[in-house]
Amino acid sequence: MPEIKDLKEKARKLRMDILETIAGAGSGHPGGSLSCVEILIGLYFYKLKHDPKDPSWDGRDRFVMSKGHASAALYATLAACGYFPKEELKNYRKFGGMLQGHVYSGVPGVEFSTGSLGEGLSVANGMALGAKIKKKDFKVYCLLGDGEMQEGQVWEAAMTAAQHKLDNLCAIVDFNGVQQNGPVSKVKNEEPIAAKMKDFGWNVLDIDGHDIASVIKALDSFGSVKGKPAFIVARTIKGKGVSFMEGNPKWHGKAPDKEELSRALEEISGAKI
Amino acid sequence: MSEEMKATRDGFGEALLQLGRDNKDIVVLSGDLEDSTRAEYFKKEFPERFFNLGIAEQDIAGTAAGLSKTGLIPFICSFAAFWANAFGVFRVSVCYNKCNVKIVGTHSGISVGPDGATAQALEDIAAMRVLPNMSVVWPADAYEAAKATKAIAAIDGPVYLRLGREAVPFVTDRDRPFVFGKADVLREGSDAAIIACGDMVSESVKAAEKLSREGIKARVINMHTIKPVDKEIIIKAAKETGAIVTAEDHQANGGLGGAIAEVLACGYPAPMEMVAVRDTFGESGTGEELLEKYGLKDVDIINAVKRAVSRKK
Repeated sequence: MPEIKDLKEKARKLRMDILETIAGAGSGHPGGSLSCVEILIGLYFYKLKHDPKDPSWDGRDRFVMSKGHASAALYATLAACGYFPKEELKNYRKFGGMLQGHVYSGVPGVEFSTGSLGEGLSVANGMALGAKIKKKDFKVYCLLGDGEMQEGQVWEAAMTAAQHKLDNLCAIVDFNGVQQNGPVSKVKNEEPIAAKMKDFGWNVLDIDGHDIASVIKALDSFGSVKGKPAFIVARTIKGKGVSFMEGNPKWHGKAPDKEELSRALEEISGAKI
Repeated sequence: MSEEMKATRDGFGEALLQLGRDNKDIVVLSGDLEDSTRAEYFKKEFPERFFNLGIAEQDIAGTAAGLSKTGLIPFICSFAAFWANAFGVFRVSVCYNKCNVKIVGTHSGISVGPDGATAQALEDIAAMRVLPNMSVVWPADAYEAAKATKAIAAIDGPVYLRLGREAVPFVTDRDRPFVFGKADVLREGSDAAIIACGDMVSESVKAAEKLSREGIKARVINMHTIKPVDKEIIIKAAKETGAIVTAEDHQANGGLGGAIAEVLACGYPAPMEMVAVRDTFGESGTGEELLEKYGLKDVDIINAVKRAVSRKK
């Protein structure tokens, strides 16, 4: 069990890497990348069985990043794990570079390419069902965005996972409450999201998605209920850690300029943890 | 051409069952149409590898993508018309991720008849063949459907297999080889070449027989694989006959005709005519009535051949 303090420090570094990566590219999605930092830390530095030296190890747990626009967060996490040199983050979204604009499976450690919202949960279901058919004991994790849950396919997949008792699947929604053009509640309200998923037949937990201890506890409880897929509603803040980005839809898909980046990095590096 | 008739979906269903016996990695997903698509033959023998995911084409396509990444080979089965709902999933989850998923669309074309326009897939070839990594196969009879089913299972990558509901005459036989990506010349001829797919292959053979009585020798090519298309055989036909006619139970735009036109325009331009549906939806009626109204009968192919021949320089 890693020290919570160390994981918090990792989260701080990850936020800085994300912002530098997006600023370096001149484009990207800081809001939804910063909101899922603790979730990714909980997965990659605690829960997932994985081996950065052997990304295609057959026994690895599978992770599908359905919110593919938050690629900077996943790439920075994978670099921090050692899947590829951190230097590579400088080529994010650049011509000839490996790190494509949205989550791309050509990157070591990335399980599946995404970017058109709503598709990942079905894919994760397929991997979980495949594990059962092939009698493999790996687990499957899927990270969704809250705006993404407006896609109908997510609800088709929600029914499939419950119907086929995919208890080797854990889906997490980064519920930051803000989508590109405004609050989720004002665009197409999803609340009460936890009750909805419960009604769809999932074992649901509703947690503070920025509290690493809560994230870890929730991930650890996954597997405790037989015959049901697990769903974690991770309550988060879009743009978390940067005061001028927090909760502001403007920062959904815009890179900080030089001055904004240095202000943001200062805030994050100086924040108490 | 034999008198005996059988639907391509039947040839598929029997071959899928055999595949299930030969290969434990074959799994089947259905959009609650397994009785109609004939996937139920597989379901009865291998219920543990069969999943009816309900009326949810996007989810079926995505689930198949995930299954394929665990080493399984999913065949996903529904009506050709309904796969249109899953186009975005085919694009990103299946094709961009190079998933080994076999998409089976039965009840294709206007020949499906009484169910009317919404059930008559006439644009699926165009939609599927534009996707990178996707292959497209449309067998001409039940023997070929069975062989194609086995052949596509052996290919690593996404394939769309288009099938029909109605019984069609046999234009091949049990022993005729099926080679994915290589078209099959069913009849030689030097005055024109008819390149056809699916249920229009037998109409083309009929047309060629009638034309021969008028002294026009038409070659008949069964282009069972529309993507990757057999460029060599198309160019050869244009060079040797100087007149090309395509025939398909599908829109002219973007279908077999479109695929052949792309090859000819860039490779060896020749007079060409298309027998196909002309940018319109279908309607209810018997298959025969509709094929006649929308210009997909042997007589339409005959007229198209004559037009193409008259355009030769």
